[in-house]
Amino acid sequence: MAESNFWLDYILPLLLIVGYILAIVVPILLVVAVVAYGERKIWAAMQFRKGPNVVGPLGLFQPLADGLKMMIKETIIPTGANRILFLMAPMIMFTLGLIGWAVIPFDTHLVLADINVGILYLFAVSSLGVYGIIIAGWASNSKYGFLGAMRSAAQMVSYEVSIGFVLVTVMLAAGSLNLSAIVEAQKGLWFFIPLAPMFIIYFISALAETNRTPFDLPEAEGELVAGYQVEYSAMTWVLFMLAEYANIVLLSGLSVVLFLGGWLPPFHVEPFTWIPGIVWFIAKTAFMIFLFTWVRATLPRYRYDQLMRLGWKVFLPASLAWVVITAGAMHLFGWMPQ
Amino acid sequence: MIIETIVFYVLAVVTVAAGVMVIAARNPVQSVLFLILAFFNSAGLFVLMGAEFLAMILVIVYVGAVAVLFLFVVMMLNINYSELRAGFLQYLPLGAIVGAILLAELILVFATGAIDIHVPEVVAVATPPADEVSNTRALGNILYTRYAYLFQGAGFILLVAMVGAIVLTHRRRVGVRRQKIADQVARDSKTAVVLKDIKPGEEGSWKSD
Repeated sequence: MAESNFWLDYILPLLLIVGYILAIVVPILLVVAVVAYGERKIWAAMQFRKGPNVVGPLGLFQPLADGLKMMIKETIIPTGANRILFLMAPMIMFTLGLIGWAVIPFDTHLVLADINVGILYLFAVSSLGVYGIIIAGWASNSKYGFLGAMRSAAQMVSYEVSIGFVLVTVMLAAGSLNLSAIVEAQKGLWFFIPLAPMFIIYFISALAETNRTPFDLPEAEGELVAGYQVEYSAMTWVLFMLAEYANIVLLSGLSVVLFLGGWLPPFHVEPFTWIPGIVWFIAKTAFMIFLFTWVRATLPRYRYDQLMRLGWKVFLPASLAWVVITAGAMHLFGWMPQ
Repeated sequence: MIIETIVFYVLAVVTVAAGVMVIAARNPVQSVLFLILAFFNSAGLFVLMGAEFLAMILVIVYVGAVAVLFLFVVMMLNINYSELRAGFLQYLPLGAIVGAILLAELILVFATGAIDIHVPEVVAVATPPADEVSNTRALGNILYTRYAYLFQGAGFILLVAMVGAIVLTHRRRVGVRRQKIADQVARDSKTAVVLKDIKPGEEGSWKSD
């Protein structure tokens, strides 16, 4: 093999992929910072406060100031902690928050990896999130951390089941596991209309998967101090925070792809089709993130047995029934996509 | 092609090494984490073979669910490591015999030509051509037609196992006050509030009846 061939065949694609990854990850991190700021502003507005308003115009540089503060703090590793796992846990969380974006289509053909099983890949990534929390809780050698980790393991495993069934109905309706094909299948009707109950189940399960209020039992500050994060400080803690927001953005993006028609405009008529698809995608994702924030500003925390009851006794039978109903209806009326 | 070969050897070596570490690690939690590493690398090998559906299912089922429960249990148990090690020599002969039998069987199968290891290349490829039919569709086509009864049977076995586990561990305790959400929602001021007119000096009960 000639040497020039090697450069052209391997190094050039590698550089291209690295470029694509940077083009996705850097905006995502910016979005995460904006979400962290926007969330505080939204809560403030809902609670008749002003929110961050000191650093920069309208407090816009608050995330930067926070980041700087955390960076110059000391990273403390508790005695008796498993050093390697203790430091690995936040990295796992953060990485998992980012790698899901590899398969999310932002527009027609605007996707890093257009793989056949994109939806399963995202499901796998979201089901791995629990490891970061379990490992963090176990490695910190702290009872609060461990309790938080145990809760989180039970919670995420429970709600994954119903998310799985929600994904199955979407796959049925779209006839594909490829995310771009799923978006294309929503050209006539966005899936949140025919699959409305599943959209609600998905949204609530997504709250549970990201450990957000009303399901933030793993970190319940009133009883567990901060759960699995209790021993983390400085940059290790920042990684947990970034991972949490990256996961919220990821699940919002996923719900847009699955139920809200991805990059498609609401109506295929003139003024709507002028706006490029990626703008629609971003606008819908922003709306979903707003919903996450709204819920957190509104609802109190669930009790643990209520959380388990909702997952296993309400969502699991409901989503299972809806899978059967969807499949039956599609078979009966001949709506199977081919 | 050369990149694929390199990737294959990296994944294969890490899988085997992680497998060894599962039984060699001193801490059971670390064993489970090495097991997860082995699962991941096997998933990578599946992707390399073009079996992307199997790879994703391996990660979802084994790493995302089974290994989480392993980890859960192992972390909760208070295992005495030295006690576990103590029986090692005692069980060594038995383990060696089992291993030797397995090795002998493998040698018998492959070395004597009872199975031609080149058969799969002639009869069928492991995965259908990717541009004709997707991996998932091909699997579904064969699972729900030719192997429909076997597939259903496997599902029933799992269901029986699950029901059995629930029956074995479930017990109805008496004297437990359960929350009945439907009852709570159905209550209104008429059924929840009782007005009692208790005369001075008279013994009254706060209970509704």
